[in-house]
Amino acid sequence: MMRSLTMSTPKRLRDLIREIRSARTAADERAVVQKECAAIRDSFRDEDNTYRCRNVAKLLYINMLGYPAHFGQLECLKLIASQRFTDKRIGYLGAMLLLDERQDVHLLVTNSLKNDLSHQTQYIQSLALCTLGSICSAEMSRDLAGEIEKMIKTSNAYIKKKSILCAFRIIRKVPDLMEMFIPATRALLNEKNHGVLLTAVCLITEMCEKSPDTLHHFRKVVPQLVRILKNLIMAGYSPEHDVSGVSDPFLQVKILRLLRILGRNDNEASETMNDILAQVATNTDTSKNVGHAILYEIVLTIMGIQSEPGLRVLAVNILGRFLLNNDKNIRYVALNTLHIVVQADYNAVQRHRTTIVDCLKDPDVSIRRRAMELSFALVNTNNARGMMKELLHFLETCDPEFKGDCSSNIISVAEKYSPNKRWHIDTVLKVLTLVGNSLREDLVSVVIQTIAEANTLYSYAVQQLFTNVHDIASQQPLVQITSWCIGEYGEQLVSGQSEEDEPVQVTEDEAVTFLEKVLYNNNSYEVTKEYAITALMKLTSRFKSTIEKIKKIIEIYGRSTNVELQQRSVEYMSVFKKYDHLRPALLENMPLIESSRSKSVIANGEEQGNLLESDVNRTNEENLHQNESPNILDLLDTGPGAPVKSMNSEPPPTKTGSSNVNDLLGLLDDVAAVTAETAPKAPAPVVNLMDGLLGPDLSSSQMNGNTGLPPITAFSKNGLLIEFSCERDENQPNVTTSFQLQLQSPSATYSNEN
Amino acid sequence: MSLTVIISGNMMQFMLLFSRQGKLRLQKWYAAYTEKQKKKTVRELVTLVLSRKPKMCSFLEWKDLKVVYKRYASLYFCCAIESDDNELLTLEVIHRYVELLDKYFGSVCELDIIFNFEKAYFMLDEFLLGGEVQETSKKNVLKAIAAQDLLQEHVRMHV
Repeated sequence: MMRSLTMSTPKRLRDLIREIRSARTAADERAVVQKECAAIRDSFRDEDNTYRCRNVAKLLYINMLGYPAHFGQLECLKLIASQRFTDKRIGYLGAMLLLDERQDVHLLVTNSLKNDLSHQTQYIQSLALCTLGSICSAEMSRDLAGEIEKMIKTSNAYIKKKSILCAFRIIRKVPDLMEMFIPATRALLNEKNHGVLLTAVCLITEMCEKSPDTLHHFRKVVPQLVRILKNLIMAGYSPEHDVSGVSDPFLQVKILRLLRILGRNDNEASETMNDILAQVATNTDTSKNVGHAILYEIVLTIMGIQSEPGLRVLAVNILGRFLLNNDKNIRYVALNTLHIVVQADYNAVQRHRTTIVDCLKDPDVSIRRRAMELSFALVNTNNARGMMKELLHFLETCDPEFKGDCSSNIISVAEKYSPNKRWHIDTVLKVLTLVGNSLREDLVSVVIQTIAEANTLYSYAVQQLFTNVHDIASQQPLVQITSWCIGEYGEQLVSGQSEEDEPVQVTEDEAVTFLEKVLYNNNSYEVTKEYAITALMKLTSRFKSTIEKIKKIIEIYGRSTNVELQQRSVEYMSVFKKYDHLRPALLENMPLIESSRSKSVIANGEEQGNLLESDVNRTNEENLHQNESPNILDLLDTGPGAPVKSMNSEPPPTKTGSSNVNDLLGLLDDVAAVTAETAPKAPAPVVNLMDGLLGPDLSSSQMNGNTGLPPITAFSKNGLLIEFSCERDENQPNVTTSFQLQLQSPSATYSNEN
Repeated sequence: MSLTVIISGNMMQFMLLFSRQGKLRLQKWYAAYTEKQKKKTVRELVTLVLSRKPKMCSFLEWKDLKVVYKRYASLYFCCAIESDDNELLTLEVIHRYVELLDKYFGSVCELDIIFNFEKAYFMLDEFLLGGEVQETSKKNVLKAIAAQDLLQEHVRMHV
């Protein structure tokens, strides 16, 4: 009885769609779909041939709504094997939509394809070609390349063009197979049919991009391509290929692209195409989008080959006109392209600077992003002041997603093009106040470096910094820098004098209170507090009346749950207690660090790049603000019974902010966790920490006594190798145990999922 | 999870049609995406495109691809191309496809595409192949479709 029910005529596709559309809620829709899927499965199980086609079509609709339909895969293959055209048509459609890269099914498809490629009906051949072009795997490519090569030679243009594109896909999938297609390809440019010409140009482009030899070989078709292009623009109106007054823009653009590849770094080829490029550039009707599409392509080609200087000026001027166009799309393209050509034709692009800067105010985020990148490329010594004003204004008003990149870029170009130190410091200061917590961590050390280098402006810098902190919680990078500067240049802060402007009057007590507030603020990052506590310590040798107050503040952190702060506090307190006579010498000003690194610091964009780079900078930063502690520790450790022993190998404070590297490896986080656990047990966290990393058999005594530990590979996968090696400096007994994080440059910008 | 499709050259990666309500009407993938990646991509792009205001430009930078979209009545046509591809020409590709559908259905509307989605796919497959334009003559495309429809005897009865 059940059987007779399921054997009844299945619902028509049309009715199913109607039913699904009339479902009022998502649950209703699900119910309809589930019921129908059950019926379809039953029908498949019964090997019903009459309605298989209808059922698969319904399944494809259901699949588009987001429901699983993999159980229809084999049914598609059965349809393909059917003799009826309707079945084949739906079957191949289903194969293109439902098949994944599963081997077993693919083998079956390959066989069907092979049969249908040699079918006497061209439309069945066409279905097979279309499917091959859509889902061709490497195996399929190898199995069917021979057939396709033969089909390219057919005189039937309808099959020819499709075969050519299949060859294009095959080469893309398996470049080794290119060789066999080259002879057949050569003749294709003599065809008249636009479909064949278009696909042939496509195929040649792919071949040229894949192999320099082939590129060289196809250089001789340049005159032929030029002729085709010429015919296109000279031959009058042809309704068949016309798009708003432009003759076959699809073909024109493809040819222009191929010319670009053939003319690159080749004077002779470039020479041959100069004239036609000029003709297309001047004759194309630009009242519609399609004309702009061609001009856009031609600009790229002119800039990409060894073209005449006059032509290059023409190209940049075309982009200049694009910039003034009312159509947003065209403005976007102009900004994008100017950014590509700015290195090659710097002065020509400079002429459009005002217009570009105006685009910073565009309401469209896509355009603003392009304008920002281009603006930074246009800053130079002459226009730095004006451009920076615009860019700072942009930074003030831009979306949060831009702030990080924008601030890094401003700091970078300010460093390169600042007319004087005062301006440089003012600019950096403005960035700091505008950007708040969006500043990339690594830039803190860059800014500190900038200030440290401005040795004639210490008073001005530290006073300005101090007055610009308005809210500790939302200005953490600024607070970190200010804290560091107060520590270093405390006397200048309270001197009541300034190299520039009116001095700001600050008392010792105010400065100490500020640092105290930073330490007490719940929203301060750990790193910020570390900056502050060290700054306080430094002030004990610079200030006179507030030493007792400072001592009290520092002492509190001897009980801090943050191991870094606790360590600092304990160390500093013992300096007071046991080595007070050494204190002024210990707290000397930091020597200037040579700044070779700062150039490499601020590359914008590239996630992958930042990931690694920022880590390097973080390490630099650590060195920078830890450099002061090793000196103290050296001395401490010589005394017996010193409470802190060989602790300066603290891992970098990994918990600060969200370092991508940490998240990526989840490895350093563990270290941090170990550190946190051991925190309450006061001293010797390092020993525990190293035990955790190096395995239980390495006791702490070994660690301190042995220098010859082999490096330990902590992580090695997908080309990322992390090695921990323990080093000890012979001259400083019991002191240095350090991590060496060796990050090799990535071998690729993606990782294979398997 | 990030998309790890390896791409080079300049072909179209995929084309999506969806309604103003965010309902998918057609999806054509020219690069190998897993089922999971497809779903995620559709979800992300639909949200992204629908959140854009009408006066904004038709291009979006998304992952390392460029998304070109255009709205025709209640339907969004959305193509992902590679970053060095010609965005303006992609708009023409979209427009040509719309013109073809319009000729075929006779002033096409969303309902035509919903109820005859397979026809919309057939049309696309005669216009593009493997992410590249295969035919620039509207007449030729429509001729090929008409001939195949003729071959498909008793269409209504079986589908």
